[in-house]
Amino acid sequence: MNTSTTASAPTTPFDVERIREDFPILKRQIDAQPLVYLDNGATTQKPQSVLDAIEHYYQHYNSNVHRGAHCLSDEATHAFEQAREKVRAFLNARHAHEIIWTKGTTESINLVAASFGKAEVQAGDNVVISAMEHHSNIVPWQMLCEQAGAELRIAPVNAKGELVFDGYSALLDSRTRLVAMAHVSNALGTINPVKKIVEAAQAVGAKVLLDGAQAVSHWPTDVQALDCDFYVFSSHKLFGPTGVGILYGKEALLNTMPPYQFGGEMIEHVSFKRTLFNQLPYKFEAGTPNIAGAIGLGAAIDYLSTLESTAVMAHEAELIKYAHERAIAFDGLTIVGEAEQKTSVLSFLIDGTHPHDVGTLLDQMGVAVRTGHHCAMPIMEQFGIPGTVRASFSFYNTLDEVDALFTGLEKVRSMLL
Amino acid sequence: MSEPSQPFGDTITSQDLLEDLAFFDTWEERYKYIIDLGKQLPSMPEELKTEERLVRGCQSQVWLEPVFDGQNLRFWVDSDAFIVKGLLAVVMSAYNHQSPGAIQSFDIEHFFGQIDLLKHLSPTRGNGLRAVVKRIQSLADTYA
Repeated sequence: MNTSTTASAPTTPFDVERIREDFPILKRQIDAQPLVYLDNGATTQKPQSVLDAIEHYYQHYNSNVHRGAHCLSDEATHAFEQAREKVRAFLNARHAHEIIWTKGTTESINLVAASFGKAEVQAGDNVVISAMEHHSNIVPWQMLCEQAGAELRIAPVNAKGELVFDGYSALLDSRTRLVAMAHVSNALGTINPVKKIVEAAQAVGAKVLLDGAQAVSHWPTDVQALDCDFYVFSSHKLFGPTGVGILYGKEALLNTMPPYQFGGEMIEHVSFKRTLFNQLPYKFEAGTPNIAGAIGLGAAIDYLSTLESTAVMAHEAELIKYAHERAIAFDGLTIVGEAEQKTSVLSFLIDGTHPHDVGTLLDQMGVAVRTGHHCAMPIMEQFGIPGTVRASFSFYNTLDEVDALFTGLEKVRSMLL
Repeated sequence: MSEPSQPFGDTITSQDLLEDLAFFDTWEERYKYIIDLGKQLPSMPEELKTEERLVRGCQSQVWLEPVFDGQNLRFWVDSDAFIVKGLLAVVMSAYNHQSPGAIQSFDIEHFFGQIDLLKHLSPTRGNGLRAVVKRIQSLADTYA
């Protein structure tokens, strides 16, 4: 995890049992069995420090930001802006005002589509996405292209679930305004070669948005090194609260973009003749923001900075490697998504069973997985399947929990077949 | 179109299911029983599994085709998932081959509560089951 924020010294070596103590929900029992939470791709659990930060805010300094003439508002504003700074450091952005608070990845993408997209994408232009995108990174572009008379181009994905890079670069031309692509596929776990994706797009003068929703919890992100124009993610997939998301954008680009929503906070001066908009980042933050949520995300980033990122990554690599070994040895199991570069997702099918049945029975054993199309119907359609069972891991998962999944699957098979 | 014919709501009633389920102590037994019920539910002819008959769930698909003979409602019903199909058999034990008035007066929430499967009727499960129940209830309102 990102270690550049201010917090206590890293605790090494990686002690997963110690770390689990930080997440109170992991002690839960489901029908008198320990919870085995393998749905981290949907949302991650929250450490106690995040819960404390939110409670502390409401108990001690709840007030509106940037406007009160009183102590509480000063404290809230300070904490809120400090959280923005923590996100800046986490992403290694150049400026804190390049960090825009939204309510989630989906809103971040919609903001770019509505603001940058409406201003920049004209009839005859094109927007490039990939075949493995989440619906949130498909539909906003589809709508934008429909309205603008632009073309939505879909970069191909091979049978292993990898982007076909030549197929992607062949779609780029001088009329490509934007490339919007997942850093990591939520349905398959594929890690896309984002650095190369950005370079190819920039070579034709296109801007690039990277959807980092499934990436940020797994390794440090450096938006300057990636040189992407936009990077988006959700707090709740990074151990923070729901209802908060991030849009990172390059300063120069954000400055040229029109506001997205209108109201309080985002204005500098209003008369009935004319309104002057506020500067970055407030221009894009109409209305009272999710103050507690932002502070909670800041606390999550602080928490991550107490962990040794290389140890976290090594543990996650061990988990997914072991899960794959068990999966390959399991009769009748087909892994969906076998990219060479892959992160903590095991998507699979078991011959003769429906994912929903598998998920329902695993739930009876306290094992939480996701089943279905994972909001990525086009890639499911390409693979000719209705959906998958998806186990997605985080650093607080254990090898014993991987075993619990497969013990559960043995039972599922005996019940269904 | 062939006529729907199935034991649920006819020779197998909701009361029968409640009595059977009372014998089981573990979730494994209960679910195996539900899965077996699904296997007793005749498959819907493939040609009936059209878009219009699809009750969309996010995680599994359900098809429903009602037939009203002037007195009772009967149903073709199917799912691509075993457990959902079994739960549909449970729903059929209450609703199939019943008059619209009987469907209207049947307390399905209470019934599902009694067999400890209420969570499957929850809208959050996204399995299409609640949509089927609602659809049948509104059909009953139409024909009553």
